[in-house]
Amino acid sequence: MADLSQQLQEQVLQARTRAEKLNIVGGGTKGFMGREANTQAGTLDMSEHTGIVDYHPVELVMTVRAGTTLSDIEAALAEQGQALHFEPPHFGPGSTIGGTLACNLSGPARPWAGSVRDQVLGTRLLNGKGEHLRFGGEVMKNVAGYDVSRLQAGALGTLGVITEISLKVMPTPAASLTLVRDMAMDEALHYMNRRTAEPKPITAACWVDGKVYLRLSGAKTAVEATAEQWSGDVIEQGEAFWRSVQDMQHEFFADKNAPLWRFSVGSPATNPALGGDWFIDWAGAQRWYKGTAELSDLEVLARAAGGQVSQFRGGDRSGEVMHSQPNALKTIQQRMKESFDPDGIFNPGRLYSWM
Amino acid sequence: MNGSFMTNKLKVSQEKLAEQFRVFIDPDYVITDNETMKPYECDGMSMYCEMPLLVLLPETVTQVQRVMRICHEYGVPVVARGAGTGLSAGAMPSKEGVVLSLAKFNRILNIDPLARTANLQPGVRNLAISEEAAQYGLYYGPDPSSQIACTIGGNVAENSGGVHCLKYGLTVHNILSVEMVTAEGDVVTVGSDGLDSCGMDLLAVMTGSEGLLGVVTEVKVKLLPKPEVAQVVMAGFDSVQKAGDAVGGIISHGIIPGGLEMMDGHAIVAADDFANAGYPREAKALLLCEVDGTEEEVHEHVAQAESVFRKLGATSVRTSQSEQERALMWLGRKSAFPAVGRISPDYYCMDGTIPRRHIAHVLTEMQTLSEAFGLRVANVFHAGDGNLHPLILFDANVPGEFERTEAFGASILKMCVEVGGCITGEHGVGVEKIRQMAIQFNDLELQQFHDVKAAFDPTGILNPGKGVPALKFCQEYRSLEYKQHKHEQTEAAHG
Repeated sequence: MADLSQQLQEQVLQARTRAEKLNIVGGGTKGFMGREANTQAGTLDMSEHTGIVDYHPVELVMTVRAGTTLSDIEAALAEQGQALHFEPPHFGPGSTIGGTLACNLSGPARPWAGSVRDQVLGTRLLNGKGEHLRFGGEVMKNVAGYDVSRLQAGALGTLGVITEISLKVMPTPAASLTLVRDMAMDEALHYMNRRTAEPKPITAACWVDGKVYLRLSGAKTAVEATAEQWSGDVIEQGEAFWRSVQDMQHEFFADKNAPLWRFSVGSPATNPALGGDWFIDWAGAQRWYKGTAELSDLEVLARAAGGQVSQFRGGDRSGEVMHSQPNALKTIQQRMKESFDPDGIFNPGRLYSWM
Repeated sequence: MNGSFMTNKLKVSQEKLAEQFRVFIDPDYVITDNETMKPYECDGMSMYCEMPLLVLLPETVTQVQRVMRICHEYGVPVVARGAGTGLSAGAMPSKEGVVLSLAKFNRILNIDPLARTANLQPGVRNLAISEEAAQYGLYYGPDPSSQIACTIGGNVAENSGGVHCLKYGLTVHNILSVEMVTAEGDVVTVGSDGLDSCGMDLLAVMTGSEGLLGVVTEVKVKLLPKPEVAQVVMAGFDSVQKAGDAVGGIISHGIIPGGLEMMDGHAIVAADDFANAGYPREAKALLLCEVDGTEEEVHEHVAQAESVFRKLGATSVRTSQSEQERALMWLGRKSAFPAVGRISPDYYCMDGTIPRRHIAHVLTEMQTLSEAFGLRVANVFHAGDGNLHPLILFDANVPGEFERTEAFGASILKMCVEVGGCITGEHGVGVEKIRQMAIQFNDLELQQFHDVKAAFDPTGILNPGKGVPALKFCQEYRSLEYKQHKHEQTEAAHG
């Protein structure tokens, strides 16, 4: 529990003076993401910059330092009957909230409860000039100035060092249960979307190994009544199953070296006709694919499904691993990088080779 | 970038510009005469007006693109405009610039009931989305009070909310992508049909950017299944403090209401006179707590809410028993603005947000300020998300009264920031609150905003002079504040 923001600021200023680069590292559990890290760069260690700065359960808002682990945050929330509804994946005990936001990672509940990006209300950020800035705040509604806090989601730390985050938190649902049914993938895509269009307390929907899983959470009576109306078997270990999906501990994800592709596409879109294994999550909006392929080929398929693809884990990471950007957006993002980090100190080349 | 705004170099006359636009836009919609341009001189914040150089009503994205290219070439300011219902003068024209009205982009292009999305042109009215989606049992979440008239393009520009934000979020949570024309005239799609995209979240930055970063020409929104049931539990209290505590009580019970609104004594009476909503007129504070969901869930939560309110000192508790009764309860709240308009020649609506726990303190202080400024104030409050809408009552015909009103408003916003809130929850900064930006942000932060703007719009032609103040201007404002503060201290010491 320490505020190291001053030391972090000094390190950034020093790197700037010495024309050095910095890799920002929290718990070090997401090193596999993005392009390979620049080996010449120094390390900006966030793991000791921890602690809950402010937490008012009644306000549904918590402010934490970026190096705080997800486990510590969730433990503090659980004491008050609250939780992070976006169900952030824990890739290891050290996973931090700062890394979660920088990588924009959310779990199975994401289509219904929103993502980490959706729940961010404000951040403090060290930019490449070593300026410690505050954006957003601790209130749900705030339209003063541009939404620099949410801009960080998915930027992989290329714009600056997130030092503090204010998040919306929510009550833990009173009851939860999981229904499972045998179903082919195409039928399951349709089924999950049709169920989502019903005003029922659905909070997760995925398909793997010929089975579709739906989770219901909320008021006990509502969950039970819906389970009775919808067909499917209630599984005993529902919670453990979703935990394994959230943390990518499900056996589908076991081989950590093989290329794992992530498709973020329209949820009912017809699945690309590709040989290989698929895990469909988020009622179809997030699809995991195991197979050897070229990014450029998969981009064509992702676009046809209304979305994008990235090489999430494994494989060669020296080339691009993220869906390509059209020129106009590439230019805007390069200028944006320039405006936050004019000397290109942070996570060089991690997001795209050109950034 | 030095953070100063570009001013139109005006390398080209009104007539020459108009001539160029008439080549590709129907000449009837290239407006240059003052009489026809008059309605465009302001938005819903009519205290701030300016006549533009000319007004354009293009009909296609290609036309918008060509307009942007020409304006970019000549350095002519462009102010995009939807329905003009904005409350911060964000669509006030630039004297030497073009007003780009998107009124003709008013078609719902597609609704996909299975994906639960709608493709919309920016001039589609907010309420029209839900009306059209109703046939599929779906609706669009954000419902600003102006939803009959305001458009989705404006909603994106302002990141509009409404009364259901705590549970269903703001515009930023309910859109998937926008197609926009950049300042340089490129057409790009930001976002996708997927729930997130690779790279920086430019969609988040676009949302709420008040027309300073791009011109939105299409929006893809998410639709939600219409809840099976919704019921309103209405509770009267004899103090604001008790009502505030009751809000906390509901949340502590793990209930996230669909809507949770508070009104103070003045607003209760005005709204009840206007709408005959059956409000407890003697109450000092009123809570409207809407619970929605499945039948079972609503049944369970309504019982809990009623019991929480009674336990926390409600003087009256009533739950809507029919759709008509629920609609009537909301009608009072939704007509609070016109209702207040009836009891005063003019009113000025503020939009600060505060952490909810400070509500009693802030309302008490506001009463003190009200007496000091000699101006009445009625309060409606999105209690669920902390967004305050104090309505300051004044008479614009009384010399000096609007200036006093603005000063009162500025004091309220300052107080919001002091308790950890912000100067605007959903109405935007525009021109109106541009000075108060200097209270909420320091110069380094404001400079970063200017740099964000420059990444999208390097020559600064989009809606110049709005949203983010020039730094020079802030120093002047802060030093004025400081002098005032010193003066007050001296007065106090002498008094």
